[in-house]
Amino acid sequence: MKRAPALFWLLAIATVPLWLRDQYYLHVLITTAIFIIAAMSLNLLLGYTGQLSLGHVAFFGIGAYASALTTLGFDIELPGGFRVEHAPWPAVAGFGIAVAAAGLSGYAIGKLSFKVRGAYFVIVTISFAEVTRLVALNWVELTQGPLALNNIPPYTLWIPGVGDYEFWDKRAYYYLVAGVGVVTYVVIKRLVGSRIGRAMIALKENEPLAGSVGIDVTRYLVLAAVVSAAMAGAAGSLYAHYVKIIDPDIFLFIYTVTMVIMVITGGKGTLAGPVVGGVIFGFLPVVLRSFAAPAVQWIIYGALMIVIVFVLPEGIVPAVERWSRSWRSPRPAEATILASSKARDE
Amino acid sequence: MDELLQHLVNALILGSTYALLGIGLTLIFGIMRVVNFTHGELYALGAYAVFLLEASLGVNFFLALAIAVIVGCAVGAAIELVLLRPLQGADIDTTMLVMIGAWIVMQNAELLYWGGASKAIMTPFPEQPLQIGPIFVSWLRIFVLVVGLALIGATYLLINRSKLGKAMRATFQDRDTAALMGVNIKGIYTATFAIGSGLAAAAGALLGPVFLVTPTMGDLASLKAFAIVILGGLGNITGATLGGFILAFVEEIGAGYVSSGYRDGMGFLIIIVVLLLRPTGLFARAERIG
Amino acid sequence: MTASAEVVLSIEHVAVRFGGLVAISDLDFVVRAGEIVGLIGPNGAGKTTAFNVITGFLKPTAGQVRYRSSLLTGLKPHQIAGLGLVRTFQRTSVFQNNTVFQNVLIGLHRRGRSSLWQTLLALPGESRCERELADEAHRVLQLVGLEQRAFQLAGTLPYGEQRLLGIALALAVKPSMLLLDEPVSGMNPAETARCMQLLENIRASGVTILLVEHDMPMVMTVSDRIVVLNYGRIIAEGPPAAIQNNPEVIRAYLGEGKKRA
Repeated sequence: MKRAPALFWLLAIATVPLWLRDQYYLHVLITTAIFIIAAMSLNLLLGYTGQLSLGHVAFFGIGAYASALTTLGFDIELPGGFRVEHAPWPAVAGFGIAVAAAGLSGYAIGKLSFKVRGAYFVIVTISFAEVTRLVALNWVELTQGPLALNNIPPYTLWIPGVGDYEFWDKRAYYYLVAGVGVVTYVVIKRLVGSRIGRAMIALKENEPLAGSVGIDVTRYLVLAAVVSAAMAGAAGSLYAHYVKIIDPDIFLFIYTVTMVIMVITGGKGTLAGPVVGGVIFGFLPVVLRSFAAPAVQWIIYGALMIVIVFVLPEGIVPAVERWSRSWRSPRPAEATILASSKARDE
Repeated sequence: MDELLQHLVNALILGSTYALLGIGLTLIFGIMRVVNFTHGELYALGAYAVFLLEASLGVNFFLALAIAVIVGCAVGAAIELVLLRPLQGADIDTTMLVMIGAWIVMQNAELLYWGGASKAIMTPFPEQPLQIGPIFVSWLRIFVLVVGLALIGATYLLINRSKLGKAMRATFQDRDTAALMGVNIKGIYTATFAIGSGLAAAAGALLGPVFLVTPTMGDLASLKAFAIVILGGLGNITGATLGGFILAFVEEIGAGYVSSGYRDGMGFLIIIVVLLLRPTGLFARAERIG
Repeated sequence: MTASAEVVLSIEHVAVRFGGLVAISDLDFVVRAGEIVGLIGPNGAGKTTAFNVITGFLKPTAGQVRYRSSLLTGLKPHQIAGLGLVRTFQRTSVFQNNTVFQNVLIGLHRRGRSSLWQTLLALPGESRCERELADEAHRVLQLVGLEQRAFQLAGTLPYGEQRLLGIALALAVKPSMLLLDEPVSGMNPAETARCMQLLENIRASGVTILLVEHDMPMVMTVSDRIVVLNYGRIIAEGPPAAIQNNPEVIRAYLGEGKKRA
């Protein structure tokens, strides 16, 4: 009967647009869902593999720009006089290019993380995101710089019975994003429960020990980075074709921070953590906006982050799990550990 | 040639303040191993403090500078006592997240209080720049250079000639042994964070009048400080000083001869390139203080 | 296990210097198939450094290490483990935040066969592989006697059992040679005896063992041959009886407070 909760959530997700009609709330839902996908991907790298990558927004932004540029086409001159012309391609192709481009950057970061460890790695990843932002800002010929890439066309999918369908409608877009989200969740779930996932968790906990039992640390770091980045790139593409305009601000550190807050508050290294964190921090602005200016909201988030670190360092999901377990079966410690680790082994 | 000379002089001046920024962070990062995201905010705080004291309270410019540095030290000490000390022994992610939280709170508090528009700080120096040969340099900038160098010298003396500095160096080399020798580690950490933050505030207070004061000025400062620390090696004051000048130089030359849009990116490029080639930093023969 | 048994591990004039500090000045010895060799010496003699060099965690300043016909120097730890040479660690010898069962599963990593795509698409081969691994994990746990602790968090085990788990972890890799770093440190006499029997069982299954130990009665009983290190050099080598009476060895240990021969 493990299927029951999964079925329940799938149904819940699928039926939301049936009762949520307000266009504004649908908009918030869509952008939140996109950010949840990005947060889940960050969780794979930060929570499961233990890599302190704080440049995650770079993968998101690269995905967004790659998708947009593929779809809009471009015409640039490279140093040396080479002219590169690209005709517009369908948006779906943009999605694929976004995933590939982001994945490639993930590969670079993964390779890098092996050389540069700990706090230095954190700084390098932040710098990487900043350099990407500056390139997007200054390479005006390609990216239009601060003038932004606009009029990005939506996806067009061929749906049997309907023909070519353009994803303008919010409800349709929601289903698209939810679909990608569910796939992302399942992929991560399968990955971390597998032999590969165990290798990642092992290297996060104790690298020399992992190496001594034959786990190729570099290989799994890179794998985690590539998969994580590719997913973030997918989220970026979804974002670009939804808001239909992107500018270099998409690379701002503050977006990485948002994703980090979502993962940490929800519970890093858990499957549900980024989702819970994402929902909270996706909708908190909506709740707060009527009586708090943006600056005040951010002060609240910053304070909240500090409080969570002090009070609930593991995040909400593990705390809730522990609490519900002790409530259900108040038995000696060993039995509880038995139950919780048996559940993890599933 | 004249242009090059002008760039060099600009780099020298900018470098002296960058050095302060870098020295402050190399002390904190080196001794406490904390990824201090609030460093840039202390830089901004220094500038805003001068602005507040001068524009709203009518305090004399030079006095405002001094007070700003003291305020920086105090705020730094407060951050350490309230946020970092309770987390002693926690892993690096945890302290990092707390620092990020503190950074967000500080920056948005500044945004809330002063608004997003940039502020200008008035100085008592004449507007007309001084001309030395082919080079033009404003009185303000000369003042910045002098004070910057003086503070670098003072810090050097503090670390290498004072009892506190000795304790800091001992803690840096081997915390446990230092503790066994009677060094009050907790106190050293607070002092280190306070001094480092004070230096950042000094850099901000000095550069505030040169450029404009905005709530986001700290972000780039933080990253540049990290670039300098990486260039110079963790805990290495001489390295940080040299690193500060090198970064300023690279920025000036890059902006002047390559492209001014990428000026701020020089720091990041340095970080990435240096760490790729020499993960322990350029001047790190050994990571040491002094 | 005669003197003419094949050499499996040869440490050839290995030296390790850290700047001015000489950790190992000249290390040269061999281990033969099916042997249990004990590496002893006062603290700081260079034993763990030797282990780190052999298993790829440290690059020697001079000399090389050979396992069977392969040159180990320059290989990464996971590659050396892939060749069949697996080590344990003295401190943090297990994955603390995982269960005993999960620890062994991690150790079985190289025995698994599933690829990324099998995992992502949840192909049927994947679950069969996982079940096989789970069975094997239980078997290894039974071998070391930790079966009843299977679902306890490794970090909550008593220290002696954690060391046992560390050995189980190494066994899961199906090594042809084990390097054990102070396997019985922290164990009480009953656990030590259990461990000694385990080592004999492991050797009987064809695995060569090189161990570092401070517990003299234990290492003298269990080893076929002893190598004594002091100040980064071998000062004596031979069967336990000879070593126990060797005047140089006794002198090296005098005043260390560890002479329990």
